[in-house]
Amino acid sequence: MSTAPNAISNTIVLLPDQATATIPKKNYITAEHGLLSWLLTGDHKRIAMLYLISITFFFFIGGAFAGMIRLELLTPQPDLVSSDTYNKFFTMHGIIMVFLFLVPSVPATIGNFLMPIMLGARDLAFPKINLLSWYLYLVGGVLTLAALVLGGVDTGWTFTTPLSTHYLNTHVITAAMAIFVAGFSSIFTGLNFIVTIHRMRAPGMTWFRMPLFVWSHYAASILMVLGTPVLAITLVLVALERAFGIGVFDPTKGGDPLLFQHLFWFYSHPAVYIMILPGMGVISEVISTFSRKRVFGYTAVAFSSVAIALFGFFVWAHHMFIMGVSNYSALVFSLLTMLVAVPSAIKIFNWAFTLHKGSITFETPMLYAFGFMGLFTIGGLTGVFLGSLGMDIHLTETYFIVAHFHFVMVGGMLMAFLAGVHFWWPKMTGRMYPESLSKLAAVTTFIGFNLTFLPQFILGYLGMPRRYHAYPPEFQVLNVLSTAGATVLGIGYMLPLLYLGWSLKYGEIAGNNPWQATGLEWQIQSPPLTENFTEIPIVDYEAYDYEWLEKKQKEQVTTVG
Amino acid sequence: MAHQISHDQAHDPPNVTNPEHAEHHIVTPVQYSMVFGTLLLFTGITVWAAYVDLKVLNPIIALAIASFKAVVVILFFMHVKYQSRLVKLTVACGFFTFLVLIMMTLCDYISRSWGLW
Amino acid sequence: MPHETAVHEHEEHGHVFVPQHRHHFETEEQQREAGSFGMWLFLLTEIMFFGGLFFAYLLFRNWYYPAFAVASNQLSVPLGGANTAILITSGFFMALGVWAAEVRKRNILVITLILTTLFGVAFLGIKYVEYHEKWEKHHIPGAHFDVSEFVNPAAHGITDEQPLSPDMAQHTQIFFFLYFAMTGMHALHMIIGVGLLFWLTWRAYRGEFSSGYVAPIENFGLYWHFVDIVWLFLFPLLYLINRHPLH
Repeated sequence: MSTAPNAISNTIVLLPDQATATIPKKNYITAEHGLLSWLLTGDHKRIAMLYLISITFFFFIGGAFAGMIRLELLTPQPDLVSSDTYNKFFTMHGIIMVFLFLVPSVPATIGNFLMPIMLGARDLAFPKINLLSWYLYLVGGVLTLAALVLGGVDTGWTFTTPLSTHYLNTHVITAAMAIFVAGFSSIFTGLNFIVTIHRMRAPGMTWFRMPLFVWSHYAASILMVLGTPVLAITLVLVALERAFGIGVFDPTKGGDPLLFQHLFWFYSHPAVYIMILPGMGVISEVISTFSRKRVFGYTAVAFSSVAIALFGFFVWAHHMFIMGVSNYSALVFSLLTMLVAVPSAIKIFNWAFTLHKGSITFETPMLYAFGFMGLFTIGGLTGVFLGSLGMDIHLTETYFIVAHFHFVMVGGMLMAFLAGVHFWWPKMTGRMYPESLSKLAAVTTFIGFNLTFLPQFILGYLGMPRRYHAYPPEFQVLNVLSTAGATVLGIGYMLPLLYLGWSLKYGEIAGNNPWQATGLEWQIQSPPLTENFTEIPIVDYEAYDYEWLEKKQKEQVTTVG
Repeated sequence: MAHQISHDQAHDPPNVTNPEHAEHHIVTPVQYSMVFGTLLLFTGITVWAAYVDLKVLNPIIALAIASFKAVVVILFFMHVKYQSRLVKLTVACGFFTFLVLIMMTLCDYISRSWGLW
Repeated sequence: MPHETAVHEHEEHGHVFVPQHRHHFETEEQQREAGSFGMWLFLLTEIMFFGGLFFAYLLFRNWYYPAFAVASNQLSVPLGGANTAILITSGFFMALGVWAAEVRKRNILVITLILTTLFGVAFLGIKYVEYHEKWEKHHIPGAHFDVSEFVNPAAHGITDEQPLSPDMAQHTQIFFFLYFAMTGMHALHMIIGVGLLFWLTWRAYRGEFSSGYVAPIENFGLYWHFVDIVWLFLFPLLYLINRHPLH
């Protein structure tokens, strides 16, 4: 073992002696060889890696569209592309980023990889369904690319009727089918998680000894299972309406366009919690590890995850305040929206109290976690502005909304995803990434993000509408700032792709527990064996028990090789 | 990590196997036949009731009978009466979410013509 | 890792590992419970999936009640009622099949599965007859939809329905759309179920489910009963809206 970190060290990283350390010969990557062993695997870790590659691919496509949007918005005139093309840009950006990146990001990659290990199980409950989930994701992705290649969709990712059903002749049905299939991918992942958490915990792993990462995935999985099917039937109805003109969403035939929106947002609001909850789980783990302190108020954080899931079902019409819902129901949904902010705030408070009097170090995952805390708070608070009926009348369909959801989704969720990838990269690959480069990327991302999206709050407040490719010239300065920020942000996201790939071959050997973290995943080798544990562990200690870890490390015999 | 665990613990860790010790109750063909008869009977009743003019009660009775039949199928054909609390809770959650969808969407439609405040 | 085949004294949690035991489960019991729980979660997704259609039905039935009532009377109660009885019977045989698997009686299991399938196919057959009738009467929503029977029932020999205004008569299309969408989605689930039944019957014949491994039969049973429950709601909601029109 290398020297233990001394008292004034500013890092908790503890790596094995690099001169003699090697990646364990037998691990889940080397267990079997050949393409088919990956494409037909049941191993949750391999499936997680397959997902990681796929979602990264779609992330960069979605990001390219974002670049095109910002490029057009450099100038007030609609001079880069036609309005139809611009509509396709933001639609494809939204569809890809929401359904093909954010929804599966943490659950399908980090969740799939870690959930069984954190619980002390050998795999998820249904490995074949896990693999099916990935294939469904791929089919959804291919269909989305097909819609793109055939000419694109320009409805906005929200497919609002009657625009999507009656007034456009783009490939709405293809896109709808793509998301229908991708939705089932999400459903099966959630189903797998719920059964695993209920029925496959190791002996002694009670509900309140599970890492908070698991709690947040449990809550997100409930949303996936109960919410996504409503999206599925909504997309079917849109397709039928387009294909056969039956009239459910057509006022001239007696239908109601708002029916679509009720059904669509019944899923799509819980969807935002599906996206953010797993990220919050990551943040709990990261903040605890890099403050060397148990998460403050474990029970509150655990229950707040479930509360977010529950209340998340009651607020969907806050996306429809100006669409024609009755004043009475708008009032009810606005009040309920105030409620749903509370559990999220509870988490932020608990993380802050975790930091208080902790031994804080600033490794890359922690940088992303700090970014998350600040940016998610801003995003969440602006959500409360939007939930107030009066404010929403003014702010809705402006750039204020765009800024709000990018703060929570990009400043929040994407940062949490990157925090998680960096935090568990050593476990998944056995290698460390280069710390200084990763810190640079994290800071670049933070700066780029703020430069891109803070001006958008102001733009929205001043009245610039969203989804328009032209705007009054007085808004140009803010738009230019935003586009400049987007460039910086893009660089910040390219960097991890490069150095993480580099680290696979040249990164330092990580060892079992480079962060000296608690949690079952850190007690096994990096990368793990296919069956995770040689013997199913018996858990007799609480989560985040740093005293237990210290005691164990003192008693640990260092072995050779 | 070799642990000396008790025989009991190894064979029935509390949260791995049968945590609530739900019995393997096997529903008998006789019970199934009674359920079958009940379902057919209530189908008949529902058809008969449809031809009688009970004004606003017609849809209520139709839904009530359908719900009763569904409950019977769930409890007996699908064994939920003899399953663990987890399964019972799961079924309840499903119907709860369904009701949230229906009721809260309805709250908009019902109140629309009131919206002229 | 060889699995133990000896039976321990703790009989209530029988440690006999069947050949279909999956190694990531510690015990047979855990595997069975997980499988059953997983199937219930899948059924929850089905509840929510059909939920959207049920809401659309609720909304438009309220908005266009006269159209819905008249259109509903176009459906045949004898056929619909027979189908309900057929599906209930099919469910009954499925339940008996689960029992047969649990008591390890292979022949009874195979017979009950065959009967389940037969009644399921009978249901689909009657559905086809009903759909065909709608096709012939031009009551399939779309370009060829014919409202004349609703606007002028007397000319078609119908004496117990009020005529509808042309506007309201057009709304019968929404009823028929929901009829085809809901029963069609239901029928799709039945077809998938019948396909699975063929596969399961074949496996049952080969004895796969008569030595303690009952999970596929149990879990398919859950699916089949769920599809049955959806029909138990569809029947009164679609066929029995107002069977006493002129009282």
